Amino acid sequence: MTRRPILLTFITGQCAALVALLVALAVLVPALNLLVPPTSAFHVPTHFVVLFGKWLTYALLAVSLDLVWGYCGILSLGHGAFFALGGYAMGMYLMRQIGPRGVYAHPVLPDFMVFLNWKELPVAWWGFDHFPYAMLMVLLVPGVLAFALGWFAFRARVTGVYLSIITQAMTYALLLGFFRNNFGFGGNNGLTDFKDILGFNVQAAGTRAALFALSALALAGGFLIARGIVTSKLGKVLVAIRDAESRTRFLGYRVERYKLFVFVISAMMAGLAGALYVPQVGIINPSEFSPANSIEAVIWVAVGGRGTLAGAALGAVIVNAAKSWFTGALPEYWLFALGGLFVLTTLLLPKGIVGSISEHWPRRRNGGAPRLPAAAAAQPAE
Amino acid sequence: MDARTTQALLYVDGVSVSFDGFRALNNLSLVMDPGEMRAIIGPNGAGKTTMMDVITGKTRPDEGDVVFQGSHDLTALDEAAIATLGIGRKFQKPTVFEFHTVADNVLLALKGERGVFANLMHRLSGAEQDRLDEILSIVKLKDRRDELAANLSHGQKQWLEIGMLLAQDPALLLVDEPVAGMTDSETAETAELLRRINETHSVLVVEHDMTFVRDLDVKVTVLHEGSVLAEGSLDQVSANERVVEVYLGR
Repeated sequence: MTRRPILLTFITGQCAALVALLVALAVLVPALNLLVPPTSAFHVPTHFVVLFGKWLTYALLAVSLDLVWGYCGILSLGHGAFFALGGYAMGMYLMRQIGPRGVYAHPVLPDFMVFLNWKELPVAWWGFDHFPYAMLMVLLVPGVLAFALGWFAFRARVTGVYLSIITQAMTYALLLGFFRNNFGFGGNNGLTDFKDILGFNVQAAGTRAALFALSALALAGGFLIARGIVTSKLGKVLVAIRDAESRTRFLGYRVERYKLFVFVISAMMAGLAGALYVPQVGIINPSEFSPANSIEAVIWVAVGGRGTLAGAALGAVIVNAAKSWFTGALPEYWLFALGGLFVLTTLLLPKGIVGSISEHWPRRRNGGAPRLPAAAAAQPAE
Repeated sequence: MDARTTQALLYVDGVSVSFDGFRALNNLSLVMDPGEMRAIIGPNGAGKTTMMDVITGKTRPDEGDVVFQGSHDLTALDEAAIATLGIGRKFQKPTVFEFHTVADNVLLALKGERGVFANLMHRLSGAEQDRLDEILSIVKLKDRRDELAANLSHGQKQWLEIGMLLAQDPALLLVDEPVAGMTDSETAETAELLRRINETHSVLVVEHDMTFVRDLDVKVTVLHEGSVLAEGSLDQVSANERVVEVYLGR
């Protein structure tokens, strides 16, 4: 029983610890990058700042996916679409910021439009030179798409694998659409050659450090919002829907509205992640819509621990760290390793890393009793 | 108000439902008075569960009327709307939320706001807390309130589900085979519990267990092949030749 205080802080403080860690990262990594001289052992090189920043946006995508999949049973195989749409909205802003500095030096039209011999800016691009408008679109476009899809699918009570297939079809349709030049978003090549964001050079170390810090804070914010949702009574209704949907209906809850709410919030969160991703990697193209990306995000969540939020974020970072190492060392084996990881997780750690840890510890204390929720485990049950 | 109290609580008239040509309900008619407890018996496939599905909005009847409290046409409403009107349902197989604690199961069922934003902002009020404690003691699960529902025994899950029905505080409770899989003493206790519930609620019970139905001592409706075969006290329907024929095999 001497172990309990440590355990208790781990469980109840898990949320606070993660947020504190992210805030610390948001301060520390930029500081070690900008203030510590490159000769020092503590210096964090800029390419690492960019890499870590990218992982943090993936982690936010994973948290958004865990919110719908882990807590409401909606297995979205198209969450990458919301991420990519947020990314495109940011990319369009960045394209408009290039202004006359493009290769063709057109004062308004981005290069690819001049190349396609377009005379004026398509309506969809209007307003994207204003940062607040672009940020609004980052949230609004994924949110509206999720609302439209969810409105029809959830009302028609499409669930399970059928819903997954619909979400997969959605991202595939968008992939094909964005590939087309006449769709107006740069076609195959997407949007790239960004110059600056809010007047700061996107290539500058300072801008990259700031984007990293923003990504860490956005992840912390997204995590807190998701925590707030899942710990509210609404969150309990979501879990009830996940485990016994029709029972929940017979209690008087309008299941489709709950699903729609959480799906839209999740899509907006994924959109924000995409918007932070694009200026860091410097490009957005239709391949971000590819179904494989969305499925990879599902694997991150499964590996880290479905229905744990923190686990989803951790899973995204771990899998992407492994990916970075593999694609450097053994590039041709990465997909096998990813597939193997998913199979092994499903077989050996069905609750993922974090899910298995928090299941194992209370069990030892209670002498073999099945999993207790954190609140019950914290109380002396004996 | 007067007009309503003199009318039936539940009025089912001429309801038919077919699944792929199979007539699950065939011109079924049934009237329940406010405050009544009614037992429904009948062999497998008689249409008992389909009848509950129709009343709770899960299945739409092909024809016929289902009217609640004299003014609500249940055939035009969905499950959530019907539940909000005041019809609660306990399933044949105990259906509780396994990954929620016992207390949270009851909390989710507690009468109150069902909207998304109301539940996002919901804080447990003192009155709700009291009601929760009261229900947990009625169904004898107070000392297990913080355990996951998955850890309860079969009988306890049945009781938890009855507790959830009580929390909903519906005008009419539909209870599908509440004592299936229970021991004799649990069965007797459940009959006692239902009688207590019936003091303030109307109850419709579907059950196979004749001892239990006798214990309840209420009006019995016998269903057979989707329509009413006989109605009356248990002794009356047991004496009915057609009922004996149906139950003892044709």
